[in-house]
Amino acid sequence: MTVDKPRSFQEIILRLQGYWAAKGCAVLQPYDMEVGAGTFHPATTLRSLGSRPWAAAYVQPSRRPTDGRYGENPNRLQHYYQYQVLIKPSPPDLQELYLGSLAAIGIDFDYHDIRFVEDDWESPTLGAWGLGWEVWCDGMEVSQFTYFQQVGGHDCHPVSGELTYGLERLAMYVLGIDHVMEMPFNDPDAPIPLSYGDVFRQTEEEYSRWNFDVADTDKLFQFFEAAEAECVRILDHPQDDPRSGKRIIMVHPAYDQCIKASHFFNLLDARGVISVTERQAYIGRVRALAKRCADAFVETNAGGWTADAAAEGV
Amino acid sequence: MPDLLIELFSEEIPARMQAGAREALKKRVTDGLVEAGLTYAAAQAFSTPRRLVLAVDGLTARSPDLREERKGPKVDAPEKALEGFLRSTGLTRDQLEARDTKKGQVWFAVIDKPGRPAAEIVAEVLEATIRNFPWPKSMRWGTGSLRWVRPLHSILCILSDENGAEIVPMDVDGIRAGDTTRGHRFMAPDPFSVVSFEDYAAKLKRAKVVLDQDERAEHIWHAATNAAFASGLEVVEDKGLLTEVAGLVEWPVVLMGKIGEAFLDLPPEVLQTSMKEHQKFFSVRDPKTGRIVRFVTVANRETPDDGETILHGNGKVLAARLSDAAFFWGNDLKIAQDGMEEWLDSLSHVTFQSELGSQALRIDRIATLAREIAPMVGADPDLAEQAARVAKADLASEMVYEFPELQGIMGRYYAQAAGLPAEVAEACEMHYKPLGPADDLPQAPVSVAVALADKLDTLAGFWAIDEKPTGSKDPFALRRAALGIIRIILEHDLRIGLERLIDMQLLTHVLALNLDTAEERDRFFLEHLVDEIARHGVFGAAFHAVIDKLTHKDEPVEIEEGTWLARLRKSLPEMSDDLLAFFHDRLKVHLRGAGIRHDVIDACLAMPQADDLRLLVKRAEALNAALATEDGENLVQGFKRANNILSQAEEKDGVEYRFGADVKFAEDATETALFAALDGADAAIAPALQAEDFTAAMAAMASLRAPIDAFFEAVQINTDNDIVRRNRLNLLYRIRETCLRVADLTRIEG
Repeated sequence: MTVDKPRSFQEIILRLQGYWAAKGCAVLQPYDMEVGAGTFHPATTLRSLGSRPWAAAYVQPSRRPTDGRYGENPNRLQHYYQYQVLIKPSPPDLQELYLGSLAAIGIDFDYHDIRFVEDDWESPTLGAWGLGWEVWCDGMEVSQFTYFQQVGGHDCHPVSGELTYGLERLAMYVLGIDHVMEMPFNDPDAPIPLSYGDVFRQTEEEYSRWNFDVADTDKLFQFFEAAEAECVRILDHPQDDPRSGKRIIMVHPAYDQCIKASHFFNLLDARGVISVTERQAYIGRVRALAKRCADAFVETNAGGWTADAAAEGV
Repeated sequence: MPDLLIELFSEEIPARMQAGAREALKKRVTDGLVEAGLTYAAAQAFSTPRRLVLAVDGLTARSPDLREERKGPKVDAPEKALEGFLRSTGLTRDQLEARDTKKGQVWFAVIDKPGRPAAEIVAEVLEATIRNFPWPKSMRWGTGSLRWVRPLHSILCILSDENGAEIVPMDVDGIRAGDTTRGHRFMAPDPFSVVSFEDYAAKLKRAKVVLDQDERAEHIWHAATNAAFASGLEVVEDKGLLTEVAGLVEWPVVLMGKIGEAFLDLPPEVLQTSMKEHQKFFSVRDPKTGRIVRFVTVANRETPDDGETILHGNGKVLAARLSDAAFFWGNDLKIAQDGMEEWLDSLSHVTFQSELGSQALRIDRIATLAREIAPMVGADPDLAEQAARVAKADLASEMVYEFPELQGIMGRYYAQAAGLPAEVAEACEMHYKPLGPADDLPQAPVSVAVALADKLDTLAGFWAIDEKPTGSKDPFALRRAALGIIRIILEHDLRIGLERLIDMQLLTHVLALNLDTAEERDRFFLEHLVDEIARHGVFGAAFHAVIDKLTHKDEPVEIEEGTWLARLRKSLPEMSDDLLAFFHDRLKVHLRGAGIRHDVIDACLAMPQADDLRLLVKRAEALNAALATEDGENLVQGFKRANNILSQAEEKDGVEYRFGADVKFAEDATETALFAALDGADAAIAPALQAEDFTAAMAAMASLRAPIDAFFEAVQINTDNDIVRRNRLNLLYRIRETCLRVADLTRIEG
């Protein structure tokens, strides 16, 4: 097996996009909101619900305010990229498909030790859990591999297979880089070669300062409450839209508010203004929103609802 | 006699679940086969990360033909009864036989159950096993509804004998059983078919899979120790890790790597824990220095570069992890060298338990109690208090935050770095011990004092808020804490009255719990109570002493019914008794292992100073030994007889026969002899008890056996002569009194 090694961060992303496109996934774009992980993208959270088949792959910028280190830590960032694949129903050869993606980004199985090590996934904020592994390459965790069992309190039927790659960490390993900021973002031989640090060092500093010290916590609490209230208000609307005369359940607008509430919570957590006991309560409030969105989504067409089935009372 | 081979091939099975899965597969399949009438010679289960395997040797080819006869209703019984019988047998009326019996003509059903081929039974049993498999956690996948630990891909199920192999026809949710499997995921992924277990195991090995988990573990251990030995080093033994790693690989390849120079100064426990928890590495130690200098990782494949790439990658991950650890260690050392103040301050913001308050408050309580306990265990009170004050400091350190299992161990290092006395540093680690029935005990007196104080405070606290263990639920490990105290007291031969310490600590907790709401007078009262218990020993006396004290000091104190203090007067002794009873229960469990009967302990619990566990056990051991002798055993019978007669008489006559047994009313020689024997026993028992020589006391008591037996043999207690009768009953009272002085023999069973 001879392997053509990628030369930059973006080449690894492009190869993953190409690989999963070739395997039949719809290559989506990142969701245009602040989320803590690729799982929050409605293409995963909502589309893993209901009976309709689905296959999507996308890059998702992810924000974890507590992980901010002002760009100084070689491995930690408050803003980073996840690559996310969701296929429903999970195909029988999902492990092989996944391994193919590692080969596509230049990992040669003749020389490396790939292992599937038990790691069950749970998202208390999404009311979701699944079983799977973290995938190790030479002792390094390069992906999370999960068979969704429940999302938003609903059993997943059929089951989705979810793959999450931590792109920076994976790329650093493949490219042999020790500090994330030194990683070539575009090709090192490009006329204007840019490193990851050229693109993100300053933003890491700015956001770290804002996340830890400057964000207005009183406002954040208000924003949280507002997003929560808006989510509930949207879902409380009747299904039938008087203007268009159609049955329109506004799941996605409501889910946007759930995502916002979750992000405000993460920011408040980074400011250290939420105590241990309150923490559980806030997570429970976000989960309640996620659950309501899930309940609503399975009542929509994308969630597998059909007028005929509803008429039959199925 | 065919052999059965089953392989359930799936995606990676968590290592920790494999041992249980092997057992369950073996038990459920073999039980099912036997229940269906088959027999087998031997069965063995194996596992790798991707397969669960069962090999059954010498299975019978068919289950035997069975004929079952069932007796039904009488021929002239009502139609309903016959219908019921036909339903239950599944026969029709013309298939029944009428037979003559003593009760007349009766219907009989003869049901022939022809034997079935093994394949049919295996298919049924295996399907039921798969569908009901007891995985700790299982999942669905794709569109199916079958549950397995991870997606199940194929089933190999064959019966083989000298004529060849036969696939057992079966299908579980679309997975058809066959005779093929696959080798190593990367090194030999192609499918191949097998005809027997020997063929299977041999072909797997060629396909880079070692089937037997024990063989993999042995190989790993052997290769690791060899590699270490070649460099003059030794592998730190870790059986749990070995089993886990053997469950993560099908083709183990052991690789040894160096730990970066920069990390060699980290405490060995930190290196070991970090490598094990994050990377599943074994630690390799230099026996000359005791330091961890290398690691062993186990890869799942051979490579053209002999593992160089794999080792390099693992080394890089390790370096990143250890940089974190070194960073924590460096930060922690600075705080430790400054006297750990920062940690101790921050512990006032860390909750121990929501009702019981912060870690800082807990530390205060433990420190006070440790000082109190110190003289009882031969420790210096100042050192004991000092040790208790820093023993939990490491809970606020970064290292313990990252690796909670290093609590105590880091405490010792940080106390040393802070320049604290050696006894204090040792107590930081040892006060957590023992962590289980087989764990080491704290040895040095200061460690013992803090260990006892810590555990006792925890127990009293949870008793004060009524969070006791129930059934299998013991989230705060209170049983372990109580057993720890028991083991420390017994194995260190300590003489400690637990009741006083329990009362003190319960009161301390009650005081803390009510600090915010109690009125000033109540608070004042409680604070005095805690002091007074130290002087008076127990709660009741202290309570009165405080009332006296306050009454003399200023205005008279009255505790009105219904007030909080009045309730406390009642509830605290109840809590205290309950906690002491918890200790006694744990003690019984502990002593069962030492062969001491629970009723023997009950008999000793009724005696004074039962809160002094060392004394209690000494008494129980002596009684247990005495009861094992013929005299002892018979004495109990004699005692019980005397006691019963006396109790009946007391009940009948409505009086107590307590005093005045006089030898001058003795009519029989055995009666006179019993008087003498009792005098002799009393004279021996009193000093023996005084000297806590329970063996001598028991022996003196047991010596009463012969005279008591002779007395009952010769004498009628309830004679017509009232004076003689009363005298004899009073004599029985003496037997009771003498025996009960040693132990409550009424509690002895049998």
